[in-house]
Amino acid sequence: MAFAHAGTATVSKPGRAGKRIPYLLLLPGLLWLLLFFILPLINLAETSTKTPIAGGETGAYEQTFRLQNYVDAFSENSAQFSRSFIYALLSTLLALTISYPLAYAIAFKSGKYKNILLVLVIAPFFTSFLLRTIAWKQILGAEGPVISVLRSLHLIGADTSITATALAVVTGMTYNFLPFMTLPIYASLERIDPRLMEASGDLYANGLTTFRRVTFPLSMPGVVAGTLLTFIPAAGDYVNAQILGNPTTKMIGNVIDSRFFRIVDYPTAAALSFTLMAAILILVTVYIRRAGTDELV
Amino acid sequence: MANHPDAAKTGDLKLSSLTKRFADFLAVDDLDLVIPKGSFFALLGPSGCGKTTTLRMIAGLEEPTSGKIYLGDTDLTDTKSYRRPVNTVFQNYALFPHLTIFENVAFGLRRRGIKDVKEPVEKVLALVELAHLRDRKPTQLSGGQQQRIAVARAIVNRPALLLLDEPLGALDLKLRRQMQIELKWIQTEVGITFVHVTHDQEEAMTMADTIAVMNEGRIEQLGSPADLYENPKTAFVANFLGQSNFIKGTLESTSGADQFVNLQGTRIVIPAARNSSTHKSLLVGIRPEKFRIHNVGDTTTGNKLEGGIVTDISFVGVSTQYQVEMPWKQELMIFEQNDGGAPNLRKGDAVTLSWEPHFTFALDGDEDVTSGLSGADAE
Amino acid sequence: MTRWLSKNLIRIYAALAFIYLFIPVAYTMAFSFNDSGKRNLIWQGFTFKNWLNPCGAPEVCTALGNSIKIGFLATLFSTILGTMIAFALGRYSFRGRSTTNLLIFLPMATPEIVLGASLLAMFLNLGINPGFWTTVIAHVMFCISFVVVTVKARIASLDPKLEEAARDLYATEWQTFRRVTLPLVAPGIAAAALLAFSLSFDDFIITNFNSGTVNTFPKFVWVSSARGVPAQANVIGSAMFLIALAIVISAQIFSAAKARRLQKKH
Repeated sequence: MAFAHAGTATVSKPGRAGKRIPYLLLLPGLLWLLLFFILPLINLAETSTKTPIAGGETGAYEQTFRLQNYVDAFSENSAQFSRSFIYALLSTLLALTISYPLAYAIAFKSGKYKNILLVLVIAPFFTSFLLRTIAWKQILGAEGPVISVLRSLHLIGADTSITATALAVVTGMTYNFLPFMTLPIYASLERIDPRLMEASGDLYANGLTTFRRVTFPLSMPGVVAGTLLTFIPAAGDYVNAQILGNPTTKMIGNVIDSRFFRIVDYPTAAALSFTLMAAILILVTVYIRRAGTDELV
Repeated sequence: MANHPDAAKTGDLKLSSLTKRFADFLAVDDLDLVIPKGSFFALLGPSGCGKTTTLRMIAGLEEPTSGKIYLGDTDLTDTKSYRRPVNTVFQNYALFPHLTIFENVAFGLRRRGIKDVKEPVEKVLALVELAHLRDRKPTQLSGGQQQRIAVARAIVNRPALLLLDEPLGALDLKLRRQMQIELKWIQTEVGITFVHVTHDQEEAMTMADTIAVMNEGRIEQLGSPADLYENPKTAFVANFLGQSNFIKGTLESTSGADQFVNLQGTRIVIPAARNSSTHKSLLVGIRPEKFRIHNVGDTTTGNKLEGGIVTDISFVGVSTQYQVEMPWKQELMIFEQNDGGAPNLRKGDAVTLSWEPHFTFALDGDEDVTSGLSGADAE
Repeated sequence: MTRWLSKNLIRIYAALAFIYLFIPVAYTMAFSFNDSGKRNLIWQGFTFKNWLNPCGAPEVCTALGNSIKIGFLATLFSTILGTMIAFALGRYSFRGRSTTNLLIFLPMATPEIVLGASLLAMFLNLGINPGFWTTVIAHVMFCISFVVVTVKARIASLDPKLEEAARDLYATEWQTFRRVTLPLVAPGIAAAALLAFSLSFDDFIITNFNSGTVNTFPKFVWVSSARGVPAQANVIGSAMFLIALAIVISAQIFSAAKARRLQKKH
C-alpha cells in the first residue's frame, strides 16, 4: 500500500504537547470500546463459570469457577453448533457463487452504468432486513405465489412447503449477506489493472485461463474480506432461523437468545457465547493465515 | 500574526555541517554550503544523493540530525516551516484540489493575516499569464498551467528563498524547455534566490548561475556551469555533466605552466592548472566534442593521438558521433559538428585524433572511471 | 446468436441477480398498497389508505421515531469518536498501533449476539435497566469500528504533500487541519456517518438485547411478524427505501454533473 509508512506521513515536529495528540485522539473512542465491548466480554467470561444458587430464585448465581459449564453447554447444544457452522458455511459458499459473477459484471462489463449498479446492489439494504426476510417468508409461504406456481406445474405435492425448512433458512441467510459479499469482491476486481488481463491474452491464455490464473488470484483479498463479512455474522444469526425455519433448524444463536430471555440461565448463555466466539476466531485465524492476507482493517 | 515571517530575514543562505540520518541511511553528510542572495542555484545529482533531503531541511519539512541553517544572520534551524520566509514549488505541484486557483495562490497570504489579497494575487497571475483561470479548480488545468500556478502560489509571498523540487519532471520535453526559460525570466524579474533541485544536468546548466553537484550526501564540486563542465575535479562530475573520455596516463615532467604526460606511449602537454591530481598516475579526461578527427597524415595542431580505427559512426543531425578504437584497445568517443570540418569517414578507416591542450583535464589515477555514469552506461 | 450470448452471458446473469435482489423489496412495496386488515398476508385489493395513514397501526410510528432518534445520536457519537481514532491511526505514529487496530477489528469479528448479550449482562449486573440510552450506547459501540475503517481509507488516499504545502505556505498545524485536511477528508466522514446511521437504524439483534421496552422499527417488525406485520410497516419500509435511494442517486447525479463541468478545459 502506498501509504503504509504512517511514520513518514506524520507531522514532523511534535512539541511536547504534540507528542500527546494521538493519544488524546484515541482516548475517547478506545475508552468507549473498553467500557462497552471489552468489559462486557470480561463480565461474560466471569458469568460463564457461575452456578445457580441451590434453592435460590431464578437469576441468582454464585461464582464457582465451574469450567464444566463449557463442556455441558457444548455437549447439550452440539447439534445446534454444528448446524450453525454448516448453515453459515453453505450460505457463504452460495453467496460467493452468486456474488462473484455479479461483482465481475459490475467491475468489467458495466461501462458507464457502474455507479448506478453499485447503488442498486446496496439499495435493498434501505428496506429493513426484517421486512425483507418476512417478505421471503410470505413469498415462499403456503399462500404465496411460488408454491402456487410449483403446485400447478405438479412439481411438488400438496403437502410440501418451502418455508420452515433448512433450505429456507440457508437461502434467507444467503440473500441477506449478498451485498456484504459483492462489494468487497467488486472493490478488489476494480483495482486490477486491465492491462494485466491483456498481457495474459497476449501470452496465449484464453478467457477462462486468464480468469483462473490472473483475475481470480488478484481478487483474493476481496474474496477473503467478503467471506469473512458473511460467515461471521451468519454463524451467530438467529433471525433467519426463527422466521424461515422450524424447531429442528435451531441455530446456536436461537439457543443463546432463549437462554437469556426465556429460560433464564446466564452461565450457560455466557459459556455458549464464548464458545461461539472462540470457534469463530479460530476458524477466521486459520482461514486468514491460509489465504495469506495480512491487512484486514 | 504569530506566523508572519520577518521581512528582515534576508541574506545569503548558509548551511553549516548539515547532516541528516534516517534509521540506517545517511542521506546528507556534513554539508557546508553558501548560496548567495539573489542567485539561481542548482543542487544537481542522481536520485538518492541527498539533494531533495537538503531542500526539505531548508524548507523546514525535515528536521536535521545535526548542523545549522542560517538565512543572513538568522538561525532558522529550529524554526517551524510555517515561520520561515521560504516557499516551495513541489514536484507534483501539490495544488489544493478543493480550492480555486485564486484561493490556492492567496493561501499563503491569508495565513499570514493579509486582508487585501486581490491585488498581489492578480499581479502574480498576470506574471504567469494565467489570470483568466482564477476561478477554475486545479484538476481543470493542464500540467504546464498547474506548474505555473504552483510557482505563482509560492512567489506571491515574496519569500527570501524559493525552493524548487524537480518541478519540471512531469512535463514533456518541449514544455520543459519553455518552462526553463520562463522560470529563469521570473527569477531575474523578481530577484528572489532560487534553489532548484534536479537530476537533469542539462536543465541545471541552462538555468543556474551556480551548481552544486551532490553525490551520496556530499558536494562533489561547486561552481558555474561552464566551470563544472570544462574543469571537473572528480570523475563523478566529469561523467554526470556531459560525457568524458578517460585515458590512463603518467605525469613525466613539469615545465613552468605546462606539464608533460605520457598518454599510453604518446607525449602530450596539458596546462598544470588543469591537473587536479597530486599523483604521478593520472586519469586524463577529454570531452568528445573537443576531439578533432583526421585522416592519417593530415596536419594537426595541439596534442595528437595516432593509430585509431573507426569502429562505429552515428549521424545525429547536428553532429556525427564516432567510436574510435585506439592501439591500447580503448574505444574513444568523438563528436564532430556537421559543419564540413571533418573528413568523410567510413567504418574501418584509420584516423588520427587531435585536440587543444587547454581542453584537457586530469584527475587522480585511482578515480573510479564509472562514477557518475547512469544505469546501463555504467556496465 | 451464440456469439452474442457468450459475450453477454454474464450481463444476463447480472440482470437476473439484480431481479433476485429486488424481489422481496418489490413484494414489500406491493403489499404496502394492500387493502388488508392487521395481517396483510393475502392480497385483498389495491389502496392508498396505508400510505395516507402511515401511523395507523399502533406503535409503528413510536418505533420509527425511536429508531430515528437512536440512529441520530449513535451516528453523532460514533462518527466523532471514530474519526478521531482514524486520524490518530492515519496521521500519527504512536506505540500500541497494532493493539489499537486489533481493538477496532474485534467488534466487527464478534457475532452480534455475543455483543448484545454481553452488554446486556453487564448492564443487568450493574443494576441498569435496558432502555433508550443503553441502546444508544450499544449502537455507538458497534458503529465506531466501521467509522474508523471508512475514514481511515479516505485519509490514506490523501496526498501528504498537500499538508506539507500548507505548512510551507505559513499555515500552522491547526490551520492546515482546518483548511486543507478536513475539507478533503469530509466526504469520507460523510460516508462513515451514513454507514453508521444505516447500521444503527437496521440493527435488530443488539437492539433486541439492550432496549428493554423501548421499541425500534426492526423490533416492531419482529414482534408483529408473529401476528402479521401491518401494511403501515411496509409503507415505512418502502418510504425509507425510496428516500434513501433518492438521496444516493441525486448525490451521484450531482457529482457526475460536477465532474462533467470540471472536464471542460481551455
